Amino acid sequence: MDEVQIRLRVNGLERRGRVEPRLTLADFLREHCHLTGTHLGCEHGVCGACTVLLDGAAVRACLVLAVQAEGREVTTIEGLGTPENLSPVQVAFQENHGLQCGFCTPGFVVSVTALLRDNPDPTDEEIRAGLSGNICRCTGYQGIFKAVRAAAGNTP
Amino acid sequence: MTGRARGVGGSVLRPDGLAKAGGTFVYAGDLSAPGMLHARTLRSPHPRARIRRVDTAAALRIPGVAAVVTAVDVPGVATYGLIVADQPVFAATETRYAGEPVAAVAAVDAPTARRALAAVEVEYEPLPPLVDPEVAAGPGAEPLHPDGNVFREITLRHGDPDAVGPVVVEDSYLVGMQDQAFLAPEAALVVPAADGGVDMWLATQWLHSDREQIAACLGLPEELVRLELAGVGGAFGGREDVTLQVHGALLARATGTPVRIAYDRVESFLGHPHRHPARMWFRHTATEAGDLVSVHARIIMDGGAYASSSPAVIANAVTHAAGPYRVPNARLDGLVVRTNNPPCGAMRGFGVPQVTIGHEAQMDRLADRLRMDPVGLRVRNALQPGDVLPTGQVLGPPLPAREAIEAVAARPLPAALTAASPVTARPGGRGAHADLARVRRGVGYALAYKNLLFSEGFDDSSTARARLELDADGRPVATIHSACAEVGQGFVTVAGQIARTELGVDEVVLRPADTGVGSAGSTSASRQTWMSGGAVRGACVAVVDRLLARVARRLGLPPEVVEAPRRALVITGGEIVGAETGTRLTLAEALAEGPVEAEHTFHHRRTTALDAHGQGDPHVAFAAAAHRAVVDVDLDLGLVRVVSMALAQDCGTVLNPLSLRGQVEGGTAQGLGLAVMEELVTVDGVVTNPTLHDYLLPTTADVPALDFVALTYPQPDAPYGVKGVGETPTCTATAAVLAAVRAAVGRDLRRVPVRPGDLVDLADPVDPLGGAPYLGNKAAWGQPGEMERG
Repeated sequence: MDEVQIRLRVNGLERRGRVEPRLTLADFLREHCHLTGTHLGCEHGVCGACTVLLDGAAVRACLVLAVQAEGREVTTIEGLGTPENLSPVQVAFQENHGLQCGFCTPGFVVSVTALLRDNPDPTDEEIRAGLSGNICRCTGYQGIFKAVRAAAGNTP
Repeated sequence: MTGRARGVGGSVLRPDGLAKAGGTFVYAGDLSAPGMLHARTLRSPHPRARIRRVDTAAALRIPGVAAVVTAVDVPGVATYGLIVADQPVFAATETRYAGEPVAAVAAVDAPTARRALAAVEVEYEPLPPLVDPEVAAGPGAEPLHPDGNVFREITLRHGDPDAVGPVVVEDSYLVGMQDQAFLAPEAALVVPAADGGVDMWLATQWLHSDREQIAACLGLPEELVRLELAGVGGAFGGREDVTLQVHGALLARATGTPVRIAYDRVESFLGHPHRHPARMWFRHTATEAGDLVSVHARIIMDGGAYASSSPAVIANAVTHAAGPYRVPNARLDGLVVRTNNPPCGAMRGFGVPQVTIGHEAQMDRLADRLRMDPVGLRVRNALQPGDVLPTGQVLGPPLPAREAIEAVAARPLPAALTAASPVTARPGGRGAHADLARVRRGVGYALAYKNLLFSEGFDDSSTARARLELDADGRPVATIHSACAEVGQGFVTVAGQIARTELGVDEVVLRPADTGVGSAGSTSASRQTWMSGGAVRGACVAVVDRLLARVARRLGLPPEVVEAPRRALVITGGEIVGAETGTRLTLAEALAEGPVEAEHTFHHRRTTALDAHGQGDPHVAFAAAAHRAVVDVDLDLGLVRVVSMALAQDCGTVLNPLSLRGQVEGGTAQGLGLAVMEELVTVDGVVTNPTLHDYLLPTTADVPALDFVALTYPQPDAPYGVKGVGETPTCTATAAVLAAVRAAVGRDLRRVPVRPGDLVDLADPVDPLGGAPYLGNKAAWGQPGEMERG
């Protein structure tokens, strides 16, 4: 199949690539940009591990084609904070034991980041509803809820 | 925090947590190597078929395809397995389950590899699959494998097997096939080495077991197969078996090129063994006063096509079948059978969740018959240290089973569901279709105990190395080397805590887990904190002994002190202090002449095999747990909402309260899943729902907060008095939720997961058991009336 030239911004940097039209955004990020923090748990839009921000909206990168991101701004987990300067949400997941194996964590962190941006002081019910599209198999979610509440307190 | 504050007992944070939250932690599927190939696996669509022909020529002609391997390319042993090597690396002449690997392909990219799979020509002659374990075990059933169809049969007889009490309750129960559904599908990177061996980075639970099996299949000495643990995205038992390891190694060796082999979610569902589905019949008898007189049970587990850990799972099921109760007389039979269903093996709880569903339903039924409080009946019969178990094993202390059930019963109950409750609190949640007048609340209890560590005489051990030295800045640093697989449970945290406590240093480096050190055994059976924690502690203690001996020599202390320096010297606050002399030496001074290193292999106490009557001393130790579940059920739609869960668990000494809470919350959620939503459904041996769309996992909308009480009696023979904590809550959560749903709807529910059709008045209800009693009405065990004579 003919490859398509695409140009987009990923974590503030311009990225160009020649991609097959059917390449997912998740595979583009992982294989072309080497941003492996965007995880693939199901590749059919259920688990939420590949959640990224596309022009600020939380989307599943396995359900978006790379060509659909043409000209748009993508923020991945790596764009939310650097190892030396993690975001309040990232720090809250660590400090509240909101992760164990950690595979779901980038997707949760991105979803929480979008949730708190739109609703800086969510109720417990709003947290549950807002994160019901991300699956964690290790924690039983309670540490994640604590992390969200803690991050809400830390988010200006 | 100082070394002491970050030692054992503190809520120390995960050392890998920031990398995981930052997205920089490297999982097995994230690894790459220059020029690497991408591998995919071809699987049989048929649960049972003869393979007439496999032709890889067309696949190999596709540009970009580097190699295709099949059964004929396996240079060593053609089969592998955790306990019995009965599973072919690739099906050669026959496939025994739908999803069995037939070939694997390496190509320049994953899409090319997938196209090549479609081009491999396999001519199958489908055969009628044998999918009913009772039929497969019965006389006249055709053997599905040269090893036969019965993986193991256990006949446990204890006390007077014919004794019966005046009050009798009897029923049958069914448990569906649960999947571990760890979130990161299987992956490995295999690099062929110049010495003819392979280097492999992978996600697994047991590096050395993998190495042994891989080396045998490759026909290589073990030292040429070097494994290092890559980031593991959950396991729960599902990574204890070999899956893609040999396939990846064969392709790397065939091509002389690094190979990334990975599964997608569908393949993950098909590729690893699941929790055993079970059919169980129980008869409990008791006195009028409510003392158990006997328990009779028959348990058939469907092991699927290959053995995996089936022989050990059935032993766990049988030996725990009576639950944590004083049962003087027992007749407990277990059978695990080969069928053409997907293979089943280890999953969190390892045979105990299934029987807990049965024995706890029976205890409720017995309480109902006796008009007793279900908690009171459990308290009355709960095991106490010194009691004799159905295996004849004498229960050692501590086992606070009675305290556990009393503790959850004492927790406050949640508020009632009212019109003022948020809509998300109703069954069905935001769909907002629940009519409050048609919602019923139920409360249910479950009590269980679960063995810790490996059983039945297995000489289990874990080896670790510790090294204490000065870093470039002259500060003392400890390095720990263990092959213990960190799969998310938090061993990396606890290992650091132990090293800080024993060595009195703050800085601890954990080397990657690999086969360059002795085996740590499996990350399973609630064993690593005890076993590998014990190994790390032992290695650290030996390091301290050597360091103190060095200091004693340096201080010119007498030879008897050098021999046993702890009598005269102690490490405290980063210093070595002479107990009587008051001499002080910093750790840095003591280490100036060079590093100190030691290795330790930790063994638990010996256990014994079961004899022909299921008697012995098979289990190292036990932990007890009790759950109380509260549910609301929509009687019109059959939807269940779990309102609250309370858990009291026997935890031993707590090394890390934060980690403990994570384990019990996660274990509870997985048990909840099996109660109301999780089941891999097979039709004629074919899994019909191998996606996360159709295999439902609990979400944030499903899992309530956990009201948790830790019971912390030190285990005498374990390091620091620890007990493993990961599995026990999974055993009780399912049974408690089932009991609560039963209480809400006032029906006998005998199957998990509960389906809406079990809860509402369908015009044409389906009996999930197809007529009771379940066992004995088919070939395997004769007629129901023969049970008593067994």
